[in-house]
Amino acid sequence: MSRDLREEGPKLQTNVVLIVNDIYKHFGDLEVLKGISFSIREGKTKAIIGPSGSGKSTLLRCINWLTPPDRGRILLSGVEIGSSTIPIAKFRQQIGMVFQHFNLFVHLSALENVRLCLRKVKGMSKKDATERAIQLLARVGLSDKATSYPAQLSGGQQQRVGIARALALDPKIILFDEPTSALDPELIGEVLGIITDLARGQTTMLVVTHEMGFAQSVCDELIFMEAGKIVEQGPPNALLFNPTQERTRAFLGKINELYAHGSGE
Amino acid sequence: MEILLREAIPLLKGALATVEMLFGLLALGLLMGLLFALVQVYGRPVFRLGVSVVELTLRGVPALVLLMLVFFGVLKFEVPFIAIAIVTLGVRSSAYQSQIFKGAIESVESSQMEAAKAIGLTKVQAILHIILPQAIRFSIGPWTNEYSTETKLVSLAYVVGVIDILRQARYIIQYTYGNELVLYSVIAVFYFILNRIGTAALYALEDKLYVPGFKRRGT
Repeated sequence: MSRDLREEGPKLQTNVVLIVNDIYKHFGDLEVLKGISFSIREGKTKAIIGPSGSGKSTLLRCINWLTPPDRGRILLSGVEIGSSTIPIAKFRQQIGMVFQHFNLFVHLSALENVRLCLRKVKGMSKKDATERAIQLLARVGLSDKATSYPAQLSGGQQQRVGIARALALDPKIILFDEPTSALDPELIGEVLGIITDLARGQTTMLVVTHEMGFAQSVCDELIFMEAGKIVEQGPPNALLFNPTQERTRAFLGKINELYAHGSGE
Repeated sequence: MEILLREAIPLLKGALATVEMLFGLLALGLLMGLLFALVQVYGRPVFRLGVSVVELTLRGVPALVLLMLVFFGVLKFEVPFIAIAIVTLGVRSSAYQSQIFKGAIESVESSQMEAAKAIGLTKVQAILHIILPQAIRFSIGPWTNEYSTETKLVSLAYVVGVIDILRQARYIIQYTYGNELVLYSVIAVFYFILNRIGTAALYALEDKLYVPGFKRRGT
């Protein structure tokens, strides 16, 4: 691990939250990730873009070990995940995750969804945990939905509860797996708005997304992935408007075409 | 009909024994059934195999034959007859209940376990707080069926000498030289009511645990 840190410079040890180093993952014959490396500094937001099947979601799931990688290393604040004697659950408590399909606990109310980890992971008293959960729901604009069950909430509301749940543990980083892909178009804005607020508040985030406008305006850096590899990464404007790689250009061209058709131009 | 008033106390004692056995065997079956189900879903292969063998055996042999086997198997140890009935029928019920709970656990979306892990719960915590509360809700319907089966099956305890409601009735019939139809009718009604009360209670439990988004009977 010392090698990566030297490469990044000495003072990074204090503010690099996540280092992903040469991650490989295959399912059967299918090699999904082929040597992925990048890092994220504290307070920064990175977006991962790329075509379907390029391994973006698998990469996120490797980071919190829901899908343990075959090879390579993940370091959270300098501590390697999965190789030490520290249980995986301890790492996951420091990594928030927001799912494409929300994955709220269906038998629990919005409040209980957020409160559960405060009680069971942080060991807070019921009173303190409830108070904190109410605060978090207020932060995502859902104070009035605390007693509603997931089935009674719209997709956008469910996803906002999902974000509140991820925030509950004060994670070092939050992973977003296509947080708006399962939403009706008119609900996307409310979720992106929350994520934008978080980015302004210096929450460290890694967001897999197809929302190019969001990626451009909110994220500090973009990663373009294709076929299990990082093709190109850099600041949003450079990558979106001046890509160096032909494959990036091709992908962005398709996206532009789609948007042009979508708006009826 | 005065026979019923005269013999009310032995009949009630018999009824009590039947109810005790029913609740005893269901409770034993519930605990073991849940454990078997958890092993079958989450256990190591060797334990899964072991549980499957036990479960298939218990489900493949008639309850009456199991009772006879255990009765003669433990004959010289002077085990109380009621204990033989509860344990034998309870363990047998656990095989059926394990299938109910296994199915229920497997019907919980896998994404629920993932979300539980993602917020840092251990697997045991995830099972306790996320998987089982949902699985229990799925299993009340089929479990009501199992309850109904066992209320009737518990009458087999008669053959291993338990003084249940059926045997008390036999005694009364023997020393009064008659009244068969009256007594057996009373017993039929007793089992029917026992069945309905329990079923109603389980429906009430299902309603109490209902949360929006879960299916209820008939929906």
